[in-house]
Amino acid sequence: MSNAIHLHYEVSGDDFTRAGEASGAVKKRLKSLGYNSDAIRRVAIAMYEAEINMVIHANGGFCDVDIYPDKVEILLADNGPGIADVDKAMQEGYSTAPDNVRNLGFGAGMGLPNIKKYTDEMRIETTLGVGTKLYLTVIVRE
Amino acid sequence: MNTYFHSVELDADKCCGCTNCLKRCPTEAIRVHDGKARILSERCIDCGECIRVCPHHAKKAVSSQFDEINKFKYKIAIPAPALFGQFNNLDNIDIVLTGLKKLGFNKVFEVSRGAELISEATRSLVKENKLKTPVISSACPAVVRLIKIRFPELCDNVMPLISPMEASAKMARREAVKETGLADEDIGVFFITPCPAKVTEVMSPNHAEKSAVNGAIAISKIYPELTHAMDHLTEVEPIARSGLIGIGWANSGGESAAMLGEKYLAADGIENVIRVLEELEDDHIRDVDFIELNACSGGCVGGVLTVENPYVSQARIHNLRKYMPVSMNHLEDGDMDVMMWEKELEYNPDTFRLDKDIFKAMQMMSEMEQIYEGLPGLDCGSCGSPTCRAMAEDIVRGKAKETECIFKLKEKIQSVYDQLKNTI
Repeated sequence: MSNAIHLHYEVSGDDFTRAGEASGAVKKRLKSLGYNSDAIRRVAIAMYEAEINMVIHANGGFCDVDIYPDKVEILLADNGPGIADVDKAMQEGYSTAPDNVRNLGFGAGMGLPNIKKYTDEMRIETTLGVGTKLYLTVIVRE
Repeated sequence: MNTYFHSVELDADKCCGCTNCLKRCPTEAIRVHDGKARILSERCIDCGECIRVCPHHAKKAVSSQFDEINKFKYKIAIPAPALFGQFNNLDNIDIVLTGLKKLGFNKVFEVSRGAELISEATRSLVKENKLKTPVISSACPAVVRLIKIRFPELCDNVMPLISPMEASAKMARREAVKETGLADEDIGVFFITPCPAKVTEVMSPNHAEKSAVNGAIAISKIYPELTHAMDHLTEVEPIARSGLIGIGWANSGGESAAMLGEKYLAADGIENVIRVLEELEDDHIRDVDFIELNACSGGCVGGVLTVENPYVSQARIHNLRKYMPVSMNHLEDGDMDVMMWEKELEYNPDTFRLDKDIFKAMQMMSEMEQIYEGLPGLDCGSCGSPTCRAMAEDIVRGKAKETECIFKLKEKIQSVYDQLKNTI
């Protein structure tokens, strides 16, 4: 693991406008590394979706990012309510977001499906009342 | 031409080494070393923000001297539509066009005419679904350069059509050859420009090996003589052939309105442009077919080589357009091919990456993160780099030393002092 670049970000809970700070910072670093542009884009999209999820549902959390020459591993963890039915949450259009969030144009039920679409591996660990951990991997496709 | 020409330059005598330009450069292309600002050529997009903010007028735009027109037998002026917003109580653009002829041009061809052709070409390409959507306008060269160095995934979204300036130059040349029988090289085409980015676009174009324009004269440079000539006209020639679509391109939103559709977005001001591009890259902007981006606030009327307040110009342009026909220029057979880019827009990965070798780059980035941890994080710019993070990068690249940070230097002096104190 010594050859990875490790980054850590706190995701603030109640401020929509700040969601995307972590994904933006990671994107900037990947560009400095001369990373594959398709992989940069997929990391940025998936991370932003996950950040927004954390803000909407879980009052924030943190994310750890490990950058390898050929892949990016991301852990997004929160102490939120947990996901009651992961299969349902993975369905396009299924959403438990409150109305005030939907009014802002979020909560269309595309969060997890989009994350899955843009990553190569995705794993969810969730416990009701305890929180959710989302493990993502984006592999560079040459 | 291999070396990249820049129209934004530094007047070292006037530069006092302050941090105004350093902090405002949108691509972090400026460093201050030995008390003078320096522009990193590969990062500069010639947007002109530094010219706008420098209180000492040490940043200047290089543009053509008026005399250069005399190198050609037949001289054509192609004025940007933003020029028409510079004059008080103007109700007829023919006064401006006739004024330009009085200054020594044989022919005047409004760039708004080329704009109408580009609008028509864009509409037809979008209608035929030939472009990757959302389509990003290619009219602002500073924006195109920005995409080229910073947004690899968006290069394919940039509309592969030449700018209205280039289109007008080609049309005007064609007409002039027909009218005069002169050879192409005897004809000099000069753009009357609102901004330095267009000067660069003439000297080293994004879209082709060579521009059809021979030079770009700043609106601010020609303004005094032009107003004088306009005040002393005995007759006004009927030259204008532009409709309201073409004139509208002077303002932000004008090009979008010419799409005659609803699903568009128009952003102006370089910081706003960057935000739109970032969001577009992250797939956050949906339901939009066309994106117009202007580096200057207000659109081309906000260019740093104009003389009038951009919002005053905008209002004047609105008034001027009111009674004009919609569009007076239409594509003819074969025009479409002339309007397409000669070469594709290619991403330049070297501008921001630390090293070609990703292992080396990762090592450098790890060092960078470590150095950054030790810096004060104030982003004061006193060291000569725009932010602490940029400073960390400059150190890793071997272009700066940690002790150039005044807080680091203070720490060091303090520790030397403490050591000395203990030995005495």
